[in-house]
Amino acid sequence: MNTYFNKTYIIFDRELRGYFRTPLASIFLLVFLALSSGMTFFLGRFFERDQADLIAFFSWHPWLFLILMPAIGMRLWAEERRSGTIELLITLPVTNTQLVVGKFLASWVFTLIALVLSMPIWITVNYLGDPDNNVILISYIGSWLMAGAFLALTSCLSTLTKNQVIAFIISSISGFVLIMAGFSLILSAVRSWAPVWITETISSMSFLSHFSRIQMGVFDLNSLIFFLSMIILCLWINIQLVQIKKAD
Amino acid sequence: MPLKLIDANNLKKSFGNFVAVDNIDLAVNRGEVVGFLGPNGAGKSTTMKMLTGFLEPDSGDILINNIDLKSYPLEAKQFIGYLPEGAPSYSDMEVSEFLSFVGKMRGINNKNILNRRLDDMANQINLKDVWNRPIETLSKGFKRRVGIAQALIHDPDILILDEPTDGLDPNQKHEMRDLIKNISKNKAIVISTHILEEVEAVCSRAVIIANGKLLANEKPVNLGNNLKQKSMLCILLSNKINSTISKEIKANLNYKNVEIQSVSNTSGKILMQGDEKSLDLNKIIAQLKKQKLHVVEAYFIKPTLDEIFRKITQGE
Repeated sequence: MNTYFNKTYIIFDRELRGYFRTPLASIFLLVFLALSSGMTFFLGRFFERDQADLIAFFSWHPWLFLILMPAIGMRLWAEERRSGTIELLITLPVTNTQLVVGKFLASWVFTLIALVLSMPIWITVNYLGDPDNNVILISYIGSWLMAGAFLALTSCLSTLTKNQVIAFIISSISGFVLIMAGFSLILSAVRSWAPVWITETISSMSFLSHFSRIQMGVFDLNSLIFFLSMIILCLWINIQLVQIKKAD
Repeated sequence: MPLKLIDANNLKKSFGNFVAVDNIDLAVNRGEVVGFLGPNGAGKSTTMKMLTGFLEPDSGDILINNIDLKSYPLEAKQFIGYLPEGAPSYSDMEVSEFLSFVGKMRGINNKNILNRRLDDMANQINLKDVWNRPIETLSKGFKRRVGIAQALIHDPDILILDEPTDGLDPNQKHEMRDLIKNISKNKAIVISTHILEEVEAVCSRAVIIANGKLLANEKPVNLGNNLKQKSMLCILLSNKINSTISKEIKANLNYKNVEIQSVSNTSGKILMQGDEKSLDLNKIIAQLKKQKLHVVEAYFIKPTLDEIFRKITQGE
């Protein structure tokens, strides 16, 4: 058991260091911080709202992650397949599950670093007023879980191609569909022909509605479980896809 | 310790309608270096990918050190070091980082042992000069060496190298062959190549495959004999040979397959099938002297591995 986690950790460690080996990490962190605070102050009208909360900050996260998570995750498997290193990985004494989980965790911890670096905005709101820090903590956890769901989806889809750009595009499009799943635009298109339970399933898959509940500070177990199950499902499909696509 | 480190039977692999490997058996013992020969697309790489556990065969079984690769992949893979075709590696990592990553993944958990193995690799494979450089900045030769080092880091019993000398310059090829020879004593090594001299230089056995089928499996020196590819004796003369002399020589020599050509007014050529044992060179030359023919040069032409390879793989 110990060696099992040990191998996963070695994969995780290599992958996480990989982000910092290129300028990618600093560029990403800069872009994330600039966009998230820019959106908070300009689009979210943080000051005009005159409220001591971070709703203006968190409400933009689904849209930010829609672009930024595919950017982090697109290389996870596409690059292994393009460079042929997947052959090296698979012939090591390690299971596909260890590989998939180790890689995913590295990208997920990387987004945790990005979220932690956004802490100044939390300090600012505490300096200016008296916010409910429980709500903010829950929002941070929810945001990280949603990021994980986007990343697991991207990791899974990046197995389908050797081209990082294609991996990025299909992940963003799939992510967009999942965000929009609760909107009437998509629902009405489905409602006309599908049975009710399908419409309801689709609407319940909406990242946006799950995240907005968490964001309001409701510790909604359903939504937390939703994001976790999304991660597990995508990683499970990812493991199967690695087995199927490894030699293509 | 079992002698047969690799024991593969009835391996089959198809991709759609294309049969890449068709019923191949292969056993490799400790101390053997087996050269895998074949035209491009013959099934060499596919076979190697199955032996290393990257691809699962459609049917057939593979025992690695007596462990069934299909049922116990993690245990079996521990005994194997593998250099995939093109020597892929993580180009953004430094050489030392990359080798230490593979070492740890191969189960070398003890720091002292890992450091010792890394030192061994730096010295044995001559990587000291590039030790702390990112792999993407290295020349093709060094990249290939890094690939070999990652296959050797855990000192495996079995080494599977897919075209280890591809793209190297002649000096580097020579070094690589010396290295393979040096480490071959207590390992089972399989290398694939399409450079035939390499097989003669390092391999104790040559396996030829084409269209997924195993066509030959023997010592490189025996390949020609089994194909009845006889060597030839070629004699160059400084005389014109007319048809009467030609008939007389043929009658007196009493060998089969003698071919006499008059090249010009001042030269002729005699070709006869056979080698040092079957032909009596003294007798032949004496006979030619009797006909007042002057021998300028006499030599045996041995079939090259190249010709044998072409004969086998093209079914000539």
